[in-house]
Amino acid sequence: MSDKRSGMINARTITDKEFFYGHKACAGCGGSIVVRLILKVLGERTFTVVPAGCMSAVGFIYPQLCFFNNAIISTFPGTASMLSGIAAGAKALGLKDFHVVGIAGDGGTADIGIQALSGAIDRRDKVIYVCYDNEAYMNTGIQKSGLTPYGARTTTTPAGKNIKGTVIGKKNMFEIVAANGIDYAATASVGYIQDFLNKVHKAAKVEGTSYIHVLAPCPTGWGTATDSTVEIAKEAVDCGLWYLAEYENGEFKLNKNPKEFTPVEDYLRKQFRFRHLDDDDIQKITDIRDAHWKKMRSSWKG
Amino acid sequence: MNRPVLKKHIKPKHIREYPVGPCYEAGHLVTENATWRTQKPIIHIEKCTTCYYCYLCCPEGVIFKEDKKVKIDYAFCKGCGICAKVCPKKVIQMIREGETYG
Amino acid sequence: MKTKAFLSGNEAVAEGVRLVSPHVIAAYPITPQTGVVERLAEMVEDGSIRAGFLNVESEHSALSAAIGASAVGARTFTATSSQGLLYMAECLHYASGGRFPIVMMNANRSLALPWSIYGDHRDSLSLLDSGWIQVYVEDAQESLDMVIQCYAIAENLKVLTPVMLNLDGFTLTHTYELVELPTKDEVQEFLPAFDTPYKMDFENPKNMGFSSTPADNMEFKYQQHKAVLDAKKIIREVDAAFKERFGRGYGGLVDAYKCDDAEMIVVCLGSTTGTCRTVVDELREEGWKVGVLKIRFMRPFPEEDIIHYTRNTKAVAVIDRDISFGYEGTVYTNVNSALAKTGRDILKLNFIAGLGGRNISKDNIREIFIELKEGMEGKKKEHVRFLGLGVSVDE
Repeated sequence: MSDKRSGMINARTITDKEFFYGHKACAGCGGSIVVRLILKVLGERTFTVVPAGCMSAVGFIYPQLCFFNNAIISTFPGTASMLSGIAAGAKALGLKDFHVVGIAGDGGTADIGIQALSGAIDRRDKVIYVCYDNEAYMNTGIQKSGLTPYGARTTTTPAGKNIKGTVIGKKNMFEIVAANGIDYAATASVGYIQDFLNKVHKAAKVEGTSYIHVLAPCPTGWGTATDSTVEIAKEAVDCGLWYLAEYENGEFKLNKNPKEFTPVEDYLRKQFRFRHLDDDDIQKITDIRDAHWKKMRSSWKG
Repeated sequence: MNRPVLKKHIKPKHIREYPVGPCYEAGHLVTENATWRTQKPIIHIEKCTTCYYCYLCCPEGVIFKEDKKVKIDYAFCKGCGICAKVCPKKVIQMIREGETYG
Repeated sequence: MKTKAFLSGNEAVAEGVRLVSPHVIAAYPITPQTGVVERLAEMVEDGSIRAGFLNVESEHSALSAAIGASAVGARTFTATSSQGLLYMAECLHYASGGRFPIVMMNANRSLALPWSIYGDHRDSLSLLDSGWIQVYVEDAQESLDMVIQCYAIAENLKVLTPVMLNLDGFTLTHTYELVELPTKDEVQEFLPAFDTPYKMDFENPKNMGFSSTPADNMEFKYQQHKAVLDAKKIIREVDAAFKERFGRGYGGLVDAYKCDDAEMIVVCLGSTTGTCRTVVDELREEGWKVGVLKIRFMRPFPEEDIIHYTRNTKAVAVIDRDISFGYEGTVYTNVNSALAKTGRDILKLNFIAGLGGRNISKDNIREIFIELKEGMEGKKKEHVRFLGLGVSVDE
């Protein structure tokens, strides 16, 4: 059965059209892979909301307007509330068969945007919310956000003699939105692109609110080479520090449950933001990973 | 198939030529990104198996399908090198900008 | 046979919203605006309004959702007050800079700290620079009528600016009077369907809410400023058209009562005007030549109207239910700026009154006119004075 007939979205069946082009993101930007592919999966009948952050800063500076489809910048806290408004307005105007998608960074989702996101999920507004997670406030120059992982150095959690960078862990946004009662949520990575495409395609069909949390490395902020973005996003999953999972019908499911993880150390040492960590720190991170996976494996499907 | 193209930006001379508020036609490019790069990708097309993985992974969308193969829009390629890195058959080579291949 | 109903200010606003038939209503409660969103919820439930009703989780989200709906071409409404207005302050600038014709009712209420649920004008006047058109109404009939007029003004393609409709907290929101209701057909005929090319749509996709560089920002701001200035003409036209259609006009940007031959004029906003008119009538009986000028629109500021109605007067007192700490009341600053341009040497005094719900009584107004008279007779007067304090502040 051909890919098109089975309804699959992949490199062959995806539209040739480009909806995010000519933008000024850093070379090798993970976030721009996310935006580009989401818009290609969702197609022309889509309203896109992008809050203050990297993707709006690089895509929308008059007269260089890089969104080749309906798109609007929202206030930083207001991504999800603007999505709700657009969905309500479009419905009231009688529009049919369209998508409303918000693409926000980790800061705009887990910190300043969490109130509005919670409200949208609570109302079951028919919107898709995607968090592209580069693990810090990158647009403003690499400051700590609620999703900055343990041990990472940022400009507001510098690593020095006294403090070793970020001392607390990532907020668990995936489980937070699940607890909020979301209809469909998923975690993804630009290192597993087909899985990401599938999840966007699935979210597009949800009659309710959906949330996708996609790991999108930032070469500038992570201190990695511009060509390694996709690779390192894959390695984050392979070493267990990130995971591919879904939440639907009230159940958590692991999409990928590696028998063995690749070494956490290899993943961390490739990135300048972790280079100050010593063996004890890396062991601590490994132990946290193991505890988390133990919990997931004990109660989640897959 | 819409390949985004550059438009010439004519600076308005009168206020009435300005867009009304920040609202404008979607997709309006007035500058290229080619000058950003220090290296550029060359596809050894004869070895390409058209898996289209590079096409998916490109952050810029400058790799496009044509005549059952892939091509690159160099006006907007930033030379990040992701395509060369991810190609499973290693048919993409990054060369220094300014060098010619072959 | 006209329909009349016994309505509070809040209920009158809700009726006005029902008549204009918005597509989306965003609702978040805050005293003393709650009556509006509660009544609207009832109307949505019983089908008399067919709109998307969003119970949002904060005021910031209320206006943010309204902006989203407006961005796809929907007519939207929301309401707030005080702390909520300040919480959505960023979105106020967003809506005006983005040229979204949203209409929002604001129940004028004081700002914390200290906490006060009672009325004054500190909330809206502290946001006078946010780019919104601001109108202050004095009774429930005007409240209802202005909902309709505000949409006609906002959605005019020459204006495309959001409008804030201010009602005095409690003194107007919660007091009842007999209000005449137009029919929905009459209103739908008066107010055309919202139709704008500046929206996201599939035939002509747009990029909206984008950034500007130093090379362009001033041009966008000039355009925005000009639109609010141009709104003066539209405001007068809409008021005249409304009067012709529904039999009620409000004078445009100001309402002048017995000002033409007045030696002394009190300037005020909102429901205080009614009290002032009563005192003006009483003093006129006693032989005084006095008048009251109600400023309806604080933005765009009706400079020409104020200069016109005070052309024969010798002394002006501005009542401010607000204070810009460290200087003077905001209405006074604006009026003073207008009158200073005439070059005429008239006495101008500022009375800070009615903060945090403090009553402004007939005696207070009388006291103001006496102050003006004494000032005209040469007695030295402080330019800014708190009126009605319960204690002495002599040092």
